[in-house]
Amino acid sequence: MALRWKNTLTERDVTDEAAFLNRRQVMGGALAGVGLATFGGRATAAPDRLKPNSYKDITQYNNYYEFGTGRGDPARNAHALTTVPWTVKIDGLVDKPGDYAFEDIMKAMTIEERIYRLRCVERWSMVVPWNGFELADLLNMAGVRSGAKYVAFETALRPDEMPGVRFPVLDWPYVEGLRLDEAMHPLSIMATGIYGKDIPNQNGAPLRLVVPWKYGFKSIKSVVRITLTDKEPPTSWNKALGHEYGFYSNVNPEVDHARWSQATEIRLGGGLFTKRTPTLMFNGYEKEVASLYAGMDLRVNF
Amino acid sequence: MSIVDRINKTARRIPTWVVYLLYILPAPYFFYLALTGGLGPNPVKALEQEYGGIALQLLIIGLCITPMRRFFGINLIKFRRTIGVLAFTYVTFHLLVWAVLDVQTADRVIADIIKRPYVTIGMAGFVMLVPLAMTSNNWSLRKLGPKWRQLHKLTYVAVILGGVHYIWLVKGIQLEPLIYMAVILGLLAVRVRRIPRTRTA
Repeated sequence: MALRWKNTLTERDVTDEAAFLNRRQVMGGALAGVGLATFGGRATAAPDRLKPNSYKDITQYNNYYEFGTGRGDPARNAHALTTVPWTVKIDGLVDKPGDYAFEDIMKAMTIEERIYRLRCVERWSMVVPWNGFELADLLNMAGVRSGAKYVAFETALRPDEMPGVRFPVLDWPYVEGLRLDEAMHPLSIMATGIYGKDIPNQNGAPLRLVVPWKYGFKSIKSVVRITLTDKEPPTSWNKALGHEYGFYSNVNPEVDHARWSQATEIRLGGGLFTKRTPTLMFNGYEKEVASLYAGMDLRVNF
Repeated sequence: MSIVDRINKTARRIPTWVVYLLYILPAPYFFYLALTGGLGPNPVKALEQEYGGIALQLLIIGLCITPMRRFFGINLIKFRRTIGVLAFTYVTFHLLVWAVLDVQTADRVIADIIKRPYVTIGMAGFVMLVPLAMTSNNWSLRKLGPKWRQLHKLTYVAVILGGVHYIWLVKGIQLEPLIYMAVILGLLAVRVRRIPRTRTA
């Protein structure tokens, strides 16, 4: 089921960086770090003039509240996160529940590059060249049972490694969820790399969800548990501020956040005088995902 | 000479323009950083936050001056207006960055002020500071007489609005804005005059 979607953001769908598979896929987690860094300038201009943000921007400006609420805090604090060994518990309505070692998952998955827009609910956006595999492939590996309707995700909770969890900004651990059809959609991936390198801790190492048509907070980081369920699972921001953050949280310029308009965004990387650009419906993935929500009132199901 | 006397003596020697100069320097410094990538990939937001933060801190420093004299005998009253004018200056910079560099168009600025309560509150705080900044000169002080003190109590309302603005604009319940608010409320609480006890014969 891999390779079901082709990048549209650059004229070359597969780049030099992508040719280098994620180091972890090649060598396994235990040897990560031995591999050579492959990382050069990405000069490809996109048909719609989109260019991936720099590796520095992508890895220095993060929302990962377990490591602090400031955008620069995760880059400063996330080095403390232990990512080897790592297991993902897959349970609930699956044929083969169990603890899956990260290395075993990587051996079974096909890593590809996906260049996606990332739209934060805070009205900034980036373009990120992820490396990862389709979430559908992982779910199929565990075998989705017929009664499953939703997928619940959970981030690691490590009070010793995560200074941000001392204060209950959110009800830790961070949890997120998708409807099963959203999770099985070809655009939904589990990212394990950026620019062909292992994904840095502050970006959600060793594997995190990426759902490009939803606001960034839906793309949960450092996943330790995936549960197939028949009920809509709780999600962290919805639990904290239900009137501001709905279960769906699809990028939608026509539905305002409770405290601000979502009609425009500032694309990072352009400096102090960046002109705001209009936010696109489903973050530019309307063609691919609009059918998932046919007949739904997106103002009610925000 | 006690430490308090020493502080007071030093303070008497420092002209207010020194404080103006020292405290205005962060404005061009942060602007330069924002321009040259020193504030990270989202310089507009970062600059907005730097200016807003300095403004709120200055308002709080302004609130400290009276209790410092009352409880510790440290007299910095001559800097109070300086601090107030600086606070207003940074609120203005904060507002300009927000309106010009962040929101960018007049219709969106107006829409935000009307529709977004945390913006409305911040704007109300700014509007309250305007007459205070305009009357922070010796001529107004003489002209208004006792009314000047009354008028300048608007600072108390403005600083509370600033604290609420900060709590409201962050995502979720965060510690730092709550600490600011606690400090503000504490500094206002020490000003509440106790009703004098009726003397018994």
